[in-house]
Amino acid sequence: MSPVWSITKKELISYFTSPIAYIVIAIFLLLSGFFFYSLVWWFNTQAMQMAQNPYYFQQVNINQMVFAPLFHNLSIILLLMLPVVSMRLFSEEKKMGTEELLFTSPVSVIQIILGKYLASLIVLLAMLVLSAIPTIFTFVHGNPEPVPYLLGYLGLFLLGAAFLALGIFWSALTENQIVSAVLTFGTLLLFWVLSWAAYSARGLWQDVLNYLSFFEHFDGMTKGILDTSDLVYYLSFAFFGLFLTHSVIQFRRWR
Amino acid sequence: MIETEQLTKKYGDLVAIQNLSFKVEEGRIWGLLGPNAAGKTTTMRILTGYLPATSGKASVAGFDVFEQAEAVKQSIGYLPETVPLYPEMTVESYLGFVAEVKKVPTARKKAAVDRAVQIAGLQTVRKRLIRNISRGYKQRTGIAQALIHNPRVVILDEPTIGLDPAQIKEIRDLIKSLKGEHTIMLSTHILAEVKEVCDGVVIINEGKLMASGSLEELARSFSQNDGVYLKLDRIDGEVLNLFQQLPGLQQASLEGAEIRLEWPWGQDLRTQVLKLCLDKKLEIKEMRSLAMNIEELYLRIVSGGMEQ
Repeated sequence: MSPVWSITKKELISYFTSPIAYIVIAIFLLLSGFFFYSLVWWFNTQAMQMAQNPYYFQQVNINQMVFAPLFHNLSIILLLMLPVVSMRLFSEEKKMGTEELLFTSPVSVIQIILGKYLASLIVLLAMLVLSAIPTIFTFVHGNPEPVPYLLGYLGLFLLGAAFLALGIFWSALTENQIVSAVLTFGTLLLFWVLSWAAYSARGLWQDVLNYLSFFEHFDGMTKGILDTSDLVYYLSFAFFGLFLTHSVIQFRRWR
Repeated sequence: MIETEQLTKKYGDLVAIQNLSFKVEEGRIWGLLGPNAAGKTTTMRILTGYLPATSGKASVAGFDVFEQAEAVKQSIGYLPETVPLYPEMTVESYLGFVAEVKKVPTARKKAAVDRAVQIAGLQTVRKRLIRNISRGYKQRTGIAQALIHNPRVVILDEPTIGLDPAQIKEIRDLIKSLKGEHTIMLSTHILAEVKEVCDGVVIINEGKLMASGSLEELARSFSQNDGVYLKLDRIDGEVLNLFQQLPGLQQASLEGAEIRLEWPWGQDLRTQVLKLCLDKKLEIKEMRSLAMNIEELYLRIVSGGMEQ
């Protein structure tokens, strides 16, 4: 069995025997359910009113009116909740002394990082898949376009993957899980704020800030546009996070 | 089996160990002895590949610790000072996980877990969560973890710390039972442990090597002669004179209420002494070895007596 998968399995046992995974998933489902319900309710009343006028009726679009705002709301909830998922990954090992077992095993640091990261991605996937279940009913009772819908979820997953990569980096730096979560949360907020700063910036700065912001890259996907530059952004963000994690661990041991 | 050469580790300006050179032969149990903060844990962490050394060489099972890290890690079982346990796992699933990261082939994983459970005496707790088992069982689980891939070298950092006397005895018996099949190095600051379990010691203090060798070698290096203290029912000049005429004896002297008999190393005169006492109808109240016991040795070595 691949050592990466062994580590992933062990992490999943930790997630699902402690209350963390259950609480995170439950709260995420509660909030996503609430947003979905209120957006559908709002969409219904809007659609009723718009149906009075044939011109406006053409404009009724469930993707634009329900899913795009839903995905934006979910992205913010992920920003708030994923630091809790990533905070324990290395901090806990360090605190419990179990990292000595891992680092004296014939398993490379890269494999350890990938195993842990994969476990956190599985938790993220569980959150998203479970939250998607109620939205399937819109396909039963209506006809939303599947491409923007699926791309929206893909976007959420990529966004979450980037958040988790940042979180695993911070957790490698401290043995305190709360410090790890707060640092992750703070950095994520900073990236969020970058998109606000981009509004008032001009020229090249605006482009740079926009490029760096998480959410600019997410917008296109909710509209059903898959741009490779967005994919590259998220993947390179995740890669960079994992790379820094590796550097931090090596540095700590070899200093 | 374990060998270091001029091993040095510095944390910034702090020198943890300095020019440490020692050797442990295959199949032996060796103690790494020293007061707290002497550098025992650092030495073990370097040997296991957890920490790099600042300079010097180290090899375990014939592999260079720094050049062939993976082969070394594969041949070492290591119990760190804090037992590395995941409280949310059962003993069995934990050992299974360790077997996987130690690259025990999947087909042999179950057998490896069963074997480790058996050796460490964990049969009654194997299905229980580690969180819920007693301290002694946690320590045993730690040892089982170190043995899971049947390593040639086992390194145990303070394996009996924090246990009650009965548990300490159990763990020591367990370690002794591993002798022969594995080369074992254990760190401790408990002298009785060394006396009971180890074949030899490496004594370090403030990061420097003070002495190393088998217990007998160390005792020899401290006194020229072997011998005994003898307490008899009757001690006077006449009795002393009797002993002085014993062939082979180097010296017989009166020391308090005891007679001190000395003979050269490797030439045990105990039987002759006994025979003499029987012939002369002297009743032996007590006879004990002249060789310094480990406590005396240790105190002399750590206080710098060895640096002649």
